[in-house]
Amino acid sequence: MTDLRFEDCLTRLEQIVGQLEAGTLSLEDSLKVFEEGIGLARHCAKYLADAERRIEVLAKDDAGALSQKPFAFTDEEP
Amino acid sequence: MAERAVFTVSQLTERLRAVVEEQFPAVWVEGEISNFRVYGSGHAYFTLKDETAQVRGVLFRNRMRRIRFEPGDGQHVLAFGSLEVYAQRGEYQLVVELLEPRGLGALQLAFEQLKARLHAEGLFAEGRKRPLPRFPRRIGIVTSPSGAAVRDILRIIGRRFDGLSIVIAPARVQGEGAAGEIAGGIADLNALGDVDVIIVGRGGGSLEDLWAFNEETVARAIAGSKIPVISAVGHEVDVTIADFVADVRAPTPSAAAELVVREKRAVIDGLVDLRSRLERSMRRRFAREAERAAALAGRRVLTDPARPLRDFERRVDEALRRLQHAARATLRRAGHRLEIDMAGLRGGSPFTRLSTGRQRLVHVEGRLHGEMSRTLVHSQHRLGTLVGRLDSLSPLAVLGRGYSLTLTATGEVVRDAAHIAAGDAVEVLLGRGSLDCRVERTKERDDRPQV
Repeated sequence: MTDLRFEDCLTRLEQIVGQLEAGTLSLEDSLKVFEEGIGLARHCAKYLADAERRIEVLAKDDAGALSQKPFAFTDEEP
Repeated sequence: MAERAVFTVSQLTERLRAVVEEQFPAVWVEGEISNFRVYGSGHAYFTLKDETAQVRGVLFRNRMRRIRFEPGDGQHVLAFGSLEVYAQRGEYQLVVELLEPRGLGALQLAFEQLKARLHAEGLFAEGRKRPLPRFPRRIGIVTSPSGAAVRDILRIIGRRFDGLSIVIAPARVQGEGAAGEIAGGIADLNALGDVDVIIVGRGGGSLEDLWAFNEETVARAIAGSKIPVISAVGHEVDVTIADFVADVRAPTPSAAAELVVREKRAVIDGLVDLRSRLERSMRRRFAREAERAAALAGRRVLTDPARPLRDFERRVDEALRRLQHAARATLRRAGHRLEIDMAGLRGGSPFTRLSTGRQRLVHVEGRLHGEMSRTLVHSQHRLGTLVGRLDSLSPLAVLGRGYSLTLTATGEVVRDAAHIAAGDAVEVLLGRGSLDCRVERTKERDDRPQV
């Protein structure tokens, strides 16, 4: 899921909650969007928690190509 | 020929002194100190200069004591004093009363000039500022990989928050070449393509230490970044050009990390809130539907499967009929006795019989009334009891005590497990609300002792 998709999911979720709170849908439709909403909420939460907790440092070779390697602390400077 | 106006040197000098000392009794002058020298007398003499001119200055001993710093060559200062003409040497000098350091001179001037130029260019405009991403997943940091800033940032992001990865673009943050490396780091993180926000900064230091963040190269790199940039240079009091150009200025590197985490936490809180609203509104909807179902079911209970209720209605009718009947019978009996009495009355002496007859009539009437009222009281009591039992037998009251009523899909009351097959849908009416159920299996006998 991209950020854009995520934003869309969040918007759709807000829309669903609004509809349910307004109480204008039939019971069947309510259930349908409720299930959709629960799915979206799970999706969104997963997306936010999903990024790996990596800490990397950028390195550049002589040709200027970028690579990333795990980061380890070295001695302290300001 | 007009007479020439000729001054003596003294006269000229005197005129100049009058003009100068009158025109400049108190003046602020900005310039750089050179040839600063303290004589044996304790007075200090120096020159104040800028690119194109200079003026001599003197700082008398008693004034020296009021100055908080040590004046020296190369310092950029603001001097306050009066102008004095020294006639013997045909010179004028500034007699300084106050001396204030003026930043770092050249550095400070460069800062102000760049700030003014970039400001005029619109690089600091509020409209250019981008909001921080609401849900960052990858954070780029341009700083020294061995510095205090990276440690502070990682302490806050790395340990307190899941779901964030970090990529550090290493750059020297002070000294020759630092500005170029910082700008390069910003460009590299942009080139990576998956970074959501960049923190550019370093820990605290002197104004010279922080200087790279006041250079145009860094300002241009920040302005050119496609990814939102948070500046986080030094401490709260340190303000750099980078801070003006950045989308968000954080007072310290730790504060920058807090900002990133806070935005994301706000989104997560919002998500949690949405989810609980979703569930709450659905629960409310269910409760409302259940109430409606219960109201409908309640009506059905009273109309169709309410045989016992109808039986009781009939019994009440009957009781009332018997009550009327009893009352009528009593009346009849009383009337009958009255007739006998009247007959007896007719047979005796008209006068005595009339009087005794009257007495007896009064007596009989009294008994009649007494019996009638007793009967009525009794009947009313019985009626009350019946109504009470009726209440307790009402299906609704029974349901309220925790019993439930099971109905088939066609609305018939289920009394025997044999009438239901596994898989059948049944509706269970409770004291409040109802359940739509599907039968998993039936047991025609259960473990209850048979009554």
